[in-house]
This record gives sequence, C-alpha cells and structure tokens, in this order.
Amino acid sequence: MKLAVQVNEGPYQHQSSDTAFLFTQAALEAGHEIFRVFFYHDGVNNGTRYTTPPQDDRNIVNRWSELAEKHNLDLVVCVAAAQRRGIVDEGEQKRNGKDGNNIAPGFRISGLGQLIEAGVQAERLVVFGD
Amino acid sequence: MAEEVKKFLYVNRKAPYGTIYAWESLEVVLIGAAFEQDVSLVFMDDGVYQLTKGQETKGIQMKNFSPTYSALGDYDVKTIYVEKESLDARGLTLDDLQHLIYEDEDEDYAEKDSIQLVTSAELADIMEQQDVVLSF
Repeated sequence: MKLAVQVNEGPYQHQSSDTAFLFTQAALEAGHEIFRVFFYHDGVNNGTRYTTPPQDDRNIVNRWSELAEKHNLDLVVCVAAAQRRGIVDEGEQKRNGKDGNNIAPGFRISGLGQLIEAGVQAERLVVFGD
Repeated sequence: MAEEVKKFLYVNRKAPYGTIYAWESLEVVLIGAAFEQDVSLVFMDDGVYQLTKGQETKGIQMKNFSPTYSALGDYDVKTIYVEKESLDARGLTLDDLQHLIYEDEDEDYAEKDSIQLVTSAELADIMEQQDVVLSF
C-alpha cells in the first residue's frame, strides 16, 4: 500500500515521534511504499542535525536520516513551522540572513502543499501526534 | 494541481491558545484550499473554544487569529461540524460561537450557515466517510 506519514510532535518529549519512526520502518520492511513523511508543528524538531542525545539513548534524528538514505525516503519539514522553531537549511539561511543552518541529512524544507499532496496521492495518510 | 478530489476532514480538538495546534491547523486549511479538495472541519473537545466569539488576546501577547475563521467560506470551506457533546460539557451553545457563513454558488450566492451541530455518533459516521482525516 502507498502510505504517507505526518509527524506532529518533537523528539524525546513525545513518544509519538518514536512511534512514527517505528511505524515507517515497519511499513517499509513489510514492503509498503512511503510516499512522504511530513513533519509539522514541533515535529520539525526531528530534522535538526544539532541533536546530541546521550550515547546510550536512541538518536531519533540520525535514524530518520539513515532510514531515508536506505529507502530513498522523502522527509519534508514544513517551512512555516520550521521558521518559527529555528530549523534552517541553506536556502532558508540565505533568505532570512541567518548565520548557519541545521537541517539533518535526508530532510528538506518545503511548504504545506506537500502535506495536502501526500493526502491526495497516498492511499492512507497516517498522523502521529498527541 | 491535483486532479483527484478527495474528502479531507480537519479535526480540531485543542483550545485556541495554550498550544499552537489550532493556529497551525488553520494554516493547513488555508494553504490546502488551493488544492480544491472536498474539505470539511470538525471542532470537538476543547477545540470548540476556537470558534467562540469575542476572543481577546492582548493580555497573553498572542495574535488573535479567530477573525480568520469567518474567511473560511471564501476558501470554499462550506461544512463545519461542531460536536454537541463537547459544547454541552463546556456549558456552551451555538450562540457562543461565531456565525460562519458561505455563499452558495448554486443558489445565486445565497448566504448559508457553515456550522452544523452534530452528535458524537453522527461524527463517527462522518469520519467513516472521509478519505483523509487530519487531526490537530
């Protein structure tokens, strides 16, 4: 089945961020297609490479990046939500005159239209949030 | 632009302030309007407070975005469900909510009420009929 995933909560604070990842991983392993993963609200914080959890804990950001590389996943961070919360890629850095960027590998910043398109294109949109 | 038209339901469950869910949900609805899908909204639980009249946010230094709901009709949002049980539990009635309307292009742009009061059981049926349910 062609699935899309929406992640509405940030890493570590809310388990739904973990559940979204585990669901996506399990769906891929079961042979389903993931059309897109869309990060919204505090979910955009899953996409900063500056995350440094203790070494004996899971690295939520890195495991998304690794899953994206392995399966050619489309990880999209909402631009409006990202701007509010300081998630920046090179384009946003230039556009908004910031002194750096922090987007993690495999993630890209784009608009809310990508979420609607995912809802239209996928057979199921699965929302993870509180 | 997407060719396929699906039934999108936005479920609003949170109070308008306190968290950003309500405001960012409204942003999705407004942006999503460009995709010309069949859109309806639900307000339930504390989400019913999003539609209340007379919101005043100066004291908390947040933007009062409640006037935006009255523009939803212009964005082709014609169906707004409010759950009766959620209103009742909070001592609210439809009179406490904004009067939201849309213009019916099939009837010479007559103004019609967007808000429909529905029971929890009816809402379950409505959700069952959707293609995409986005919960905020």
